[in-house]
Order: sequence, then structure tokens, then C-alpha cells
Amino acid sequence: MPISLVVFLLFVASTLGITYWAAKRSSGASAYFAAGRRITGWQNGFAVAGDFMSAASFLGLIGLISLQGFDGFLYSVGGFVAFVTILLVIAEPLRNTGKYTMGDVLAYRLRPRPVRALAALTTLTVATFYMIAQMVGAGALVTLLLADSGISYNVAVIGVGVLMMVYVIFGGMLATTWVQIIKAMLLSACTLILTLLVLRQFHFHLIEFFAAASQITHHQNGQPVVNDFLQPGLRYKPPYGPLDLISLSLIFAFGTAGLPHILVKFYTVPDARTARHSVVWAMIVIGSFYVMTSILGLGAAVLVGPDTIVSHGGTNMAGPRLAQAVGGNVFLAVVSAVAFATILAVVAGLMISASTSFAHDFWTNVIHRGVERKSGESVLVARIAALAVGAVSIVAAIALGPASNVLILATFGMAVAASANFPVLALSIFWRRFNTAGAVAGLTAGLLAAVGLILVGPNVMGIDPPSATGAARHLIQARPWFPLENVGIVSVPLGFLAAFVGTLFGREPSAEAKFNEMLVRAQTGLGAEGAASP
Amino acid sequence: MNNKADDAPREQSGRSRWDCIAGSEQFKDLLKIKKLFIVPAFVFFLVYYFGLAVLVGYAPKLASAHVFGTVTVAYLFALSQFVVGWVIAGLYLLASARFDALTRDIIARVVVDRYEPQGDN
Repeated sequence: MPISLVVFLLFVASTLGITYWAAKRSSGASAYFAAGRRITGWQNGFAVAGDFMSAASFLGLIGLISLQGFDGFLYSVGGFVAFVTILLVIAEPLRNTGKYTMGDVLAYRLRPRPVRALAALTTLTVATFYMIAQMVGAGALVTLLLADSGISYNVAVIGVGVLMMVYVIFGGMLATTWVQIIKAMLLSACTLILTLLVLRQFHFHLIEFFAAASQITHHQNGQPVVNDFLQPGLRYKPPYGPLDLISLSLIFAFGTAGLPHILVKFYTVPDARTARHSVVWAMIVIGSFYVMTSILGLGAAVLVGPDTIVSHGGTNMAGPRLAQAVGGNVFLAVVSAVAFATILAVVAGLMISASTSFAHDFWTNVIHRGVERKSGESVLVARIAALAVGAVSIVAAIALGPASNVLILATFGMAVAASANFPVLALSIFWRRFNTAGAVAGLTAGLLAAVGLILVGPNVMGIDPPSATGAARHLIQARPWFPLENVGIVSVPLGFLAAFVGTLFGREPSAEAKFNEMLVRAQTGLGAEGAASP
Repeated sequence: MNNKADDAPREQSGRSRWDCIAGSEQFKDLLKIKKLFIVPAFVFFLVYYFGLAVLVGYAPKLASAHVFGTVTVAYLFALSQFVVGWVIAGLYLLASARFDALTRDIIARVVVDRYEPQGDN
């Protein structure tokens, strides 16, 4: 049996054990959706890190840096700094005013049905973009690794899908959290070892390493080109590059703070103080990981070479190829198994946030106006929703097949989160006059602007030479209508503007009257779930 | 488990206890002290972070300059974003000890019921 399979089976066995343990000890909605709010600070920090460091981070980032050098590293920086926004602006008020979802915060003083329905819609949209990215990553890994062990792309996708359904349906948030904690530890350890192995090739002389990274030879249209991978400009070129970069920064600075699967993690801790500590833990884990991605990406460029990466598995496989180059086949197996574990943990997190939002926001509060007709109904609906989400994503992943860079797909989800979720979430916490019309306008405009601009942008539209096939071909063969890859520079201000203008259309006295209550609760934690009531 | 967040009847008129807490000196102090840290920290973070995109996009010559060996200004600036993030997080943890103390005072007064509506509405 190949070693990668052994490592992977060990991970699966231990996580199934956790799921069994979690299923036995948890009952009731708070246990299922929020792990009983008993996760500690460091635990939640690792869980958030495990939730956030996706296949996009691990496979996509290393690939991007290995082909485009410094410009790819900007994605690492963005992924980390986003947590400053979460720490200073979002985490504590969210924990204090909500119960299970982002929709809770919005519905606190706005009319619950319209805002919850839209919040569920944006949550499902973001989760779908992310899920596609993860599934593509899983498929790409399998094509590289297990091709000769008889496991096909389709079998692997079904395997991942079924496993995550088991975690989520039987273990709920508690099992998901522990799967993510273990995965974050494995990924961090693995990244550290890989970094040390890369630097060992340069006798731990950083200057020597960076000197090599400044002289990368690769072929463009058959001609050899030498690039300095520490200099910017390989990805974001004039005329639109600078704007695209600012756009990307906007998406990162605000998008992560609107990602539903990250936000739900802050409901699993007992109070706002623990939520704060868990963000700081997450920043330590995520930050050190992302700093190391620059060494790994540049290392892959130096030791494997962009030409080999492009011709052997594409950008997503740069990390595993690097592992093979510095640690041999055994280490390749370990790294691939960890990447697999990463995908499983993130997919489980996405799935539970999507199914929670469907059950809690849409089913219980929109359809049944906040009344749970039978006890345990919302958990049952969430389990069925998880089954449906899982089935749909398996079918979608098989239909799509291995496609483009998973990191780019994930930033689409981030764009929706930054343009629709973040403006409305922040305004509902901090702006007294904000009302239902503003929230509906902001969510709708942000969602439509982000998705619409992506659809007419250069990621979807473009004219390819006839030689481009499969994933390299653009979906629509025409000149893009919108010139930027990253839509944030238009869609984020549009989301804010729509929320602002929508609010000005009328006053909502009930929402304004409840502002003081929400403000006091958000800032003090009085009356928060799991804390003392006044 | 209470469902207050979802479907409690909206306060129709008059000052609720929440309004009294919101209007109290301690709560205003808490907000003021929080703002004093969070607003400058967040603005500094945004300026510093978008500074990277602006430098790389609009001053590529400077960004590509070598500082030592082949390490560029851009790479060092990018790495410093991590340091700045960690420092802000550390300072926030330090500052939050003060926030927590003030919050505890407010909660203690709520528990002994000192925030009664004054009947001046």
C-alpha cells in the first residue's frame, strides 16, 4: 500500500473516531450548530486557522508564487491581514449579538425575514464558490498521486464528499472543529518541515536562497526568459495591474471578515473575550504559515522550476512536486495526505456553515417565522441540507473536472463576502439609522455586482488561441467587458453605497429603537448566548 | 435558551433598561476608550496594508530595488505586514484588559440593578 494512503487512512480513522465521540456527547441545537459554545481560545484559534487555510492556501499559493513570484505572495499577505479586521471590528460584536449565523446579527434589529433570506443566499453562494475550489484541489491531487493505485478522480471526489457528510451530519460543529484543529496542526508541522528541507538545500543561507530566487529561468513561447521572482510585476502588469492589486487588497481586507464559515466559528466559544483570544491564536498560526509559503513558492520555482510545474500537474501541484524534490517519495506522500486532510477539514467547515444557515436562517426563521415546531427540527433540517449540499457539490465537482487554479476560485467567494456580507454586517453593528431596506439593497447589490463582474471579467471571458484546451480555455470566447480580475474595487464600494442609499429611502423606527440594546450587548456581552442575562 | 435575538417584540416607546445603560457615563467611557484604540489602529492598518498595493502598483522601480542581497523593498514591506498585524494584535490584547475591567463594572451595576429608567421620557 502506498504511504500516502496509509497517512491518509490514519487521518480518516482518527477523525471518524472524533466524529463518533462528538455524536455521542452532543445533543440539541446549540451543541450541533455551535459545539455547545465550550471551545477554548487556543482550540478555536487552531480551528479557525484550519477552517481558513484551504487547499487554495496550501496548493494554490505555493503554485502561484512558484510561477509568478512576489505577486503571488501578495495573496498570502492578504489572507493574513484580513484577520486584523476580524479582530478589531467583527469578532466580538458578532459573538455577543448572534447565536448561530451571520443572519442572527442582521436580524437583531432589522426585519428578520428579508434579511435572513438574503443572508442565507449569500452564505450559500460563498460556500459554493469555495466548495468548487476545494473539490478541484482534491481532484488534482488524486490525478497526481493515486493515478497508479487505481483510484480515479471521480472515486476520490465521491470519497471526500461522503466523508465530509459523515463529519457534518453525525458530528456537527464539535466534530468539525476537532477535525480542523488536527488538520491545522498537521499542516503547520508539514509546512515547517518542508520549509526547513528547502532551506537545507541552500545550507540555511537565506541570502543564497534569495539569490537563486532572483534568477529563475523559464520558457515563454519557446524562448528562455530569466526573471527575478522577488520583484513585483510578473502577474499584475500595466495598464490594469495596479488597480487590480488595490482591488485584491480590498477583497482581502473586508472579504475574510464576511466569510460565513469563518464567522460561525466565533459562536463556538463561551464569550467575546475567548473569541478575541482565538483570533490572536489564529493570527499566529495563519501568519507563520503564510510567511513560510513564500519560501515554499520560491523554493518550488528554484528547485522544481516553472517549466516543470506547468507541464507536470499545473500550478496546484507545485507544493507536492517540491516535497518530492526535497524529501523524496515518502515526503511527497505525507504532504499529499496532509493536503487531502486540509481539503476535508475546510469542506466540512463550509458544509456546516451552509447547512446551518439554511436550517436556522431560511427554514426556521423565514419559512416558519422563528417558531421551531418540534424540538430538534432545525438540527434535522440542517442534516438533510448537509446531505443535499454534499450531493450537489459531488456532482458539480465531477461535472467540472480538474480545472483552473483553486486560489482564484476561492477569491471569487471572498469577493462576494467582501461586497455583500461585510458592508451590511458592519453597518448593522455600528450605524444607528441602518435599516432593512439598506440591508436588502446592500446584500443584493453586493452579490449581483461581485458575481456579475466576475462573469464579464477576464477570468471567464477571453479569446484563446486554438491551441488552448480544457481548463486553459475561457468559458466565453469574447473580449472581457470588465478589465480587472478582482472585482472588489467596484463591487465593495457598490455594496456599501447600496446599503447607504437603501437606508436613506425611509426610516425604520423599530430598528433605530433597538440600536441601543444591540450596542450595549455587542460591546459588553450582556445577554449574549451562553452568558448571564441582565 | 432565549430567542430574544430573533423574535422578541420590539420596544414600542419609552426608555428601556438598555437605553439607560447606553446613556450611562460608564458605558460612554467604555465606548470612548475602545474607540481611542480601535479607530486609530484600524485606520493605521488599512493605510499600511493598502500602502503595499500602492507601492507595488505605482512605484515598481522603488518596490523592485534591492535592500540586501537580492531581497527587494517589496518583499520586505510584504513581510512587515505580518509583523504589523502581530503587533496590532498584541497591543489590542493589552488594551482589552482595560475594556474588560470597564465592562465588568457595567455588568456588576446591572446585576445590582442600578440602571432603572428615570421616567423622564
